[in-house]
Amino acid sequence: MPVTEQRQPLLQVKNLKKYYPIRKGIISRTVGYVKAVDDVSFDIYPGETMGLVGESGCGKSTTGRSLVRLEDPTEGQVLFQGKNLANISQREMRKLRTDLQIIFQDPYSSLNPRKRIGDLLAEPLLAHKLATKKDADQKVNEILEIVGLPKQYKNRYPHQFSGGQRQRIGIARALMLRPKLIICDEPVSALDVSIQAQVLNLLKDLQKELNLTYVFIAHGLGAVKYISDRITVMYLGKVMELATTKEIFEHPKHPYTEILLNAYPIPNPHQRDREQIVVEGDVPSPANPPKGCVFHTRCPFAKDVCREKVPQLTGKDHLVACHFPLETVNV
Amino acid sequence: MAMKLNPNKNVPEVDGLKNSAIIRKQLNDEESYFHMVMRRFFNHKLAVAGLIVFTLIILVAALAPVISPHDPNKIFGEFEAAPSSTHLLGTDPVGRDVMSRLVYGAQVSISVGIGAVAIYVVIGIVLGLIAGYFGKWADMIIMRITDVFMSFPYFMVILVLVSIIGPSLFNITFVIGLLGWPAIARLVRGSVLSIKEMDYVKAGVALGYSTPKILFQHILPNALAPILVNATFGVASAIIMEASLSFLGMGVRPPAASWGNMLTQAESITVLSSQPWLWIPPGLMILLAVLSINFIGDGLRDAIESQNAK
Repeated sequence: MPVTEQRQPLLQVKNLKKYYPIRKGIISRTVGYVKAVDDVSFDIYPGETMGLVGESGCGKSTTGRSLVRLEDPTEGQVLFQGKNLANISQREMRKLRTDLQIIFQDPYSSLNPRKRIGDLLAEPLLAHKLATKKDADQKVNEILEIVGLPKQYKNRYPHQFSGGQRQRIGIARALMLRPKLIICDEPVSALDVSIQAQVLNLLKDLQKELNLTYVFIAHGLGAVKYISDRITVMYLGKVMELATTKEIFEHPKHPYTEILLNAYPIPNPHQRDREQIVVEGDVPSPANPPKGCVFHTRCPFAKDVCREKVPQLTGKDHLVACHFPLETVNV
Repeated sequence: MAMKLNPNKNVPEVDGLKNSAIIRKQLNDEESYFHMVMRRFFNHKLAVAGLIVFTLIILVAALAPVISPHDPNKIFGEFEAAPSSTHLLGTDPVGRDVMSRLVYGAQVSISVGIGAVAIYVVIGIVLGLIAGYFGKWADMIIMRITDVFMSFPYFMVILVLVSIIGPSLFNITFVIGLLGWPAIARLVRGSVLSIKEMDYVKAGVALGYSTPKILFQHILPNALAPILVNATFGVASAIIMEASLSFLGMGVRPPAASWGNMLTQAESITVLSSQPWLWIPPGLMILLAVLSINFIGDGLRDAIESQNAK
């Protein structure tokens, strides 16, 4: 989906920061901070899917959770339709939650094991007084059909379902309130490959039918490529690159993006001899991030300036935070 | 919702192929967690025996006026009479029928046991939920109070409190209930700390459920198992506590009958050596009640906590 500047963003993230204090000693003195999310900004437009990728621990899940206010940001703002989520009252927030939903990574911990599927799905409607018991039951039947589960399953408990089925129940639950934006927090990472495709297709179909907007978080590029319109690449709590899916895959500008792309296996064996940049070492600790560009410790192109100065996220449609974006290096 | 997606498209193939038999079985087998626990509990022989004995004791307590052969406080002509056909378990030093007093004593033990535990389970659950869920200063304050309560010599405090407010059935129930909650509160807090990190609780927040709803409908049911086990053992210890207090004369006030104050008579060496009908029956009843409850508790714990479902 092309991004036009005229459209109003559905959700704006402005300089979002989430620091977790590190406490030590008997009086729990704060000795430092884990900078899980450090100055992240992006806009999400209605109907699009924004992919959020990065290695584990890069702050993508924390960012996702901040968007639905499961985490309160340390600094910065999350604006949903212009409203700052951190400033509104509990009551208003509860109402707004009908527009913002989240699908979790682990289908085994995301469903209350003591509740039947029918009750689990009807609950959001009843809690918000959006339906009577009878209507809710009808809506549960409809949603089960939409996610492809027989309605007889209503009386069963979560432990009686497979991972893929549970994930579809999780999706159904998120849909019950007819939200506008859904944060998909690695919804397919815990599933078998064959089931992953089903769930991705389901998400895609739902998006078309219900005009949903997604923030799709994943650590691999495969699923993200398939579902996203635009992709944000994160590393150590910072945005490294933000562009359309096509741009990211065809003209990555940040060395880190290039490395991520290389890590993604190539199905065609004849193409496997392409030149690869291989990354060395581990992700530095977010409690003690490197000075300058956070990626310089592992970047094959790092120069002196990278160790000193933090690169700013620049560009118009294709944003990149690098002193030496790839194309200028290669040309 | 007016949308038409091909439902078959999203049904996993595996369901249709290799799992069809399993699926069919599952559809007929909508066994809830509760049913599973009950089934496992009833496979536990000692627990079932305990349940039967305890049910009998409860029945005796409930039907005391019907079952009891005499008025428990009526004084007959013979003192310390040996068991006979009119007095099945003989009479006590005041001339009251031991059998009748034993039957009425069950009422005291059961009501103290269940009443006290009911009081402290409620207190413990509420405080534990608050401490665990809200954390920070709420947790800090509640857990420090818990520590203070736990560092008291429990029995002495109860003894002192009961002697201040006066020994009576209601008072000892109340005092035991008021002091018993710290263990439950800690237990609940611990469970809440792990359960609140579960995604289904986060989902509840994201779905805009109210905090009490999340606490009582999503967190508490998942924390209930260890509480139930603990409460069961709690009933047994409350019964012992009552018996001990009554034995020391700080429990149920005579002439009301309690297994504990009936045992007081065993303080005399003559009773102990030559009048066993005065102390063996109440002692045996306490033993039976406590043992049966502990077996129930064991059975419950095994049924709830064992991971290898049969």
